[in-house]
Amino acid sequence: MKKPEKELTTEQKIKRRNFISFTLFGAYAAAAYGGWRWLYKSPDETAGVTAGAHKPLRKALNKTELFFRRLTFNENHLVKTYPREMAAKKIRHNSDIGSEGKLPPDNWKLQVKKANGETLQITLDELMKLPKTEITYDFKCVEGWDQISHWEGVSFRDFIKHYNLDTEAKMGYVGLETPDKQYYVGIDMPSAIHPQTLLAYQMNDELLNGNHGQPLRLIIPVKYGIKNLKRIGTITFSNNRPRDYWAEQGYDYYSGL
Amino acid sequence: MKVIKEKHPLVMRWTHWVNFPILTIMIWSGMLIYWANDEYSITLFGHTYVRFFPDWYYNWLHIPQRLAEGMAFHFLFMWFFALNGFFYVLYTIISGEWRQLVPNKHSFKEAWLVLLHDLHIRKTAPPQDKYNAAQRIAYTAIIIMGFGSLVTGLAIYKPVQFNWLCWLCGGYHLARIWHFVLTIGYVLFFLVHIVQVILAGWNNFRSVISGFEVVNEQPQPVIESNNEDEKA
Repeated sequence: MKKPEKELTTEQKIKRRNFISFTLFGAYAAAAYGGWRWLYKSPDETAGVTAGAHKPLRKALNKTELFFRRLTFNENHLVKTYPREMAAKKIRHNSDIGSEGKLPPDNWKLQVKKANGETLQITLDELMKLPKTEITYDFKCVEGWDQISHWEGVSFRDFIKHYNLDTEAKMGYVGLETPDKQYYVGIDMPSAIHPQTLLAYQMNDELLNGNHGQPLRLIIPVKYGIKNLKRIGTITFSNNRPRDYWAEQGYDYYSGL
Repeated sequence: MKVIKEKHPLVMRWTHWVNFPILTIMIWSGMLIYWANDEYSITLFGHTYVRFFPDWYYNWLHIPQRLAEGMAFHFLFMWFFALNGFFYVLYTIISGEWRQLVPNKHSFKEAWLVLLHDLHIRKTAPPQDKYNAAQRIAYTAIIIMGFGSLVTGLAIYKPVQFNWLCWLCGGYHLARIWHFVLTIGYVLFFLVHIVQVILAGWNNFRSVISGFEVVNEQPQPVIESNNEDEKA
């Protein structure tokens, strides 16, 4: 037998609606808390080219990288430059893993590993004969500080052109390592061939000193400082991400600005 | 007689409660990031009144040495923060709810009267609709602040690709300061908000979960009339 439909009293309506909404609210709060605990306690990614981040967070970082690379990256987006007088006289020094102390220039040659297996050995003198590019820009550290600084060197584009590395430049990534292999970075090709990316050998009016990557370092204004490797020993090209020092410690691989 | 009076639409309630944990996570992960270059303080005439933040505070919340983790969380939850805010604003515009929310020409004058009333200096408060004048200003401001966090955040996040945003914020330094100040703003908003919610009582709080308030209405005397003209 069906009960006759009776109009609920206001009191009943209030009770019913309170019950439904507070139950849903409680369920939502529990789900939100549970979701958070899950994420917070989620295991770290399997260590590889990147490491040290929660697995879901690494996935998010990589997806976000793709989103912003596709949406915003454009080689015509230039880093803001400043008059040279604004450059700091004393350039901040944070870390020199892989580039401590001085390196006698005679003991150094840049090794460039080409796709055909050949290795180019390039001296600093040879590099300094190539067209020089200067930039005064705001260097940005992943920690949050920044400093206007002045650098001189060979633009990576000119370098590619001069050494006929066109085949290599069609690959996805450039890997750079210090001579002792203690510090290493991977750079996506569009950022590497950005017109403001330099192989720098000079800051202000001096050749690089021990603290700043003597004799040759990467200056890549479209990336955080962690990607601006000091004292380049070898340059490699690949289609997979080369290993990257800070990406192994939980940082975003791309770290692009 | 008790009457159910509809107050907050479902979308407003959801976006409000979705925003709360997201903003909390954004502020927390933001502190993990800020720690790595914690240069801000309130200093007047050479005396530092507040340092953001003291060591005991960092240690208490286990903030030090977690920059990478902070960035990873921040750059995931920024999506939810933005989408939730975007959804709320879109709904508010389309539904016409914005009329109840955005300050009108009286609001700025009346907000003072509301403030004086809330501080027990003035006996009566100005008549209000869904929100009083002070609420209109505060709740509209918080939405603009959210938008500000998004813009300043993008300016710090991609200062090269969004160099025009960075310029709009007054440069990289200023963008980071605005981003920080807005966060302090949320915390201050939160404190006042909580006090006001407690003072306003259960009926008001419930309306942000159930959507309605219960009001006592005097039954209107029914006047019988046979004359159609009188009725009009």
